[in-house]
Amino acid sequence: MDNNYVLSLIQQNKRLDDRKFDEYREIKIETGISKNAEGSARCKIGDTEVVVGIKMAVGEPYTDSPDEGTIIVTTELSPIASPLFELGPPGSQATELARIVDRGIRESKALDFKKLCIKKGEKIWMIFIDIYPLNDDGNLIDASVLAALAALKHARFPKLEDDKILYGEFTSKKVELEKLPITFTFGKINDKILVDLDSHEETVIDARLSISVHEGNIHAMQKGGDKAMSLEEIEKMVDIAIKKEKELRSLIK
Amino acid sequence: MTSYDKRFSGRKFDEMRKMEAKVGVIKRADGSALFRIGETIAIAAVYGPRELHPRFLQNPETGILRCNYDMASFSVPERKKPGPTRRQVEISLVTEKALLPVLDLKQFPNAVVDVFIEIIQANSGTRCAGISAAALALAHAGIPMKDLVASVSVGKVGNKILIDLDKEEEDVDDATDIPLAVTGRKKEITLLQLDGNVTKKDLVEAIKLARHGCEKINKIQQKALKEFYGSENGQ
Repeated sequence: MDNNYVLSLIQQNKRLDDRKFDEYREIKIETGISKNAEGSARCKIGDTEVVVGIKMAVGEPYTDSPDEGTIIVTTELSPIASPLFELGPPGSQATELARIVDRGIRESKALDFKKLCIKKGEKIWMIFIDIYPLNDDGNLIDASVLAALAALKHARFPKLEDDKILYGEFTSKKVELEKLPITFTFGKINDKILVDLDSHEETVIDARLSISVHEGNIHAMQKGGDKAMSLEEIEKMVDIAIKKEKELRSLIK
Repeated sequence: MTSYDKRFSGRKFDEMRKMEAKVGVIKRADGSALFRIGETIAIAAVYGPRELHPRFLQNPETGILRCNYDMASFSVPERKKPGPTRRQVEISLVTEKALLPVLDLKQFPNAVVDVFIEIIQANSGTRCAGISAAALALAHAGIPMKDLVASVSVGKVGNKILIDLDKEEEDVDDATDIPLAVTGRKKEITLLQLDGNVTKKDLVEAIKLARHGCEKINKIQQKALKEFYGSENGQ
């Protein structure tokens, strides 16, 4: 695809697939896609596909939070998903993606970490949220957040006997999600602001902003991209995120 | 904490900690600078433009910027394990993105400009101090720049929007931290991260406060450059 063509379309307020600038591609979320995981989900946004698995382990709490469990978010950007991904340890893109997902959940207090305490000062639940993009056609961030939330919502704790996990045996106890913070990632291309950029649009992006919102409150933000943004542009993005959060949240069943 | 009426440090809500900027602190580098804000000290060195290896990373159309942010093991009360952490990888990336909008590396095809940032003493705001130092070091190295970049963190503690949070404030329950970087002339935003809980109104107020603070940092940066070149000419 020719970058100039993509740019000229956007300059005429058009997109390759005829979407409006504030319109998402079709989003499909499916849970229970991997049975050995404590929770799992797949999120598709158009051709973009991300699978997330939840695994749990018993660990020791941090000394500064003896009665709190924790989450650990990791991302593998495997070459399966894009010709631009390479084998090897997580690079900066994978690390950033994982940390945006982590902060959206952590900062909104979507999980009450105190409820993940098994024995104060000794044993806590560690919830691993492992993100695997399978097809990168843009907007991996939003797809990862939706998949992570759906997977968490369906996760159940494994059986615990003498502080040892009996993997493969599950209890009926679920992970309690206090909130469902939705992350919106915007792209700025020249003076236009778009949501849900596909991989062609992402290649011509000037700047990017991810915003995690819950009921009108902003819990996490991260700017990316090589160019600057104005305050007015940021305000516009926040408005769109707050306007659309309900619509996306309703997809997590 | 619901109401925060007086800052732990006694500062005003729009008052930054004492700052210091100096260029030419690392002779071996092509450009270098120190930026200190309160007890946070960042040192930045610039090497390049120089040939980029491995070769496949080279871009025939422009030079590229590569930043590395590191916290010294001894910079925090509890020793930090040396070597890169996920946090450092992310900060390196956002630092790069914070500086890139003002750089013009088109005249250096296939080359790299490396920026190394070391935090030798930390008390909050380290990524921002690192960016303010790096912008100065880039200017000192003579890298073509359209503008300077200054960086400061703003946030919300209790019910107050404030600038330049220190560690004590950052550790308050439910404190929101918003590191920002702003260009000198156009006041455009090149770094924006947020952790916590704010409304849109809070956010706008915080960004305006940061722009104001960055203006002051910008002046300190310019003064440091003038002092350096003034003394060099006098030698």
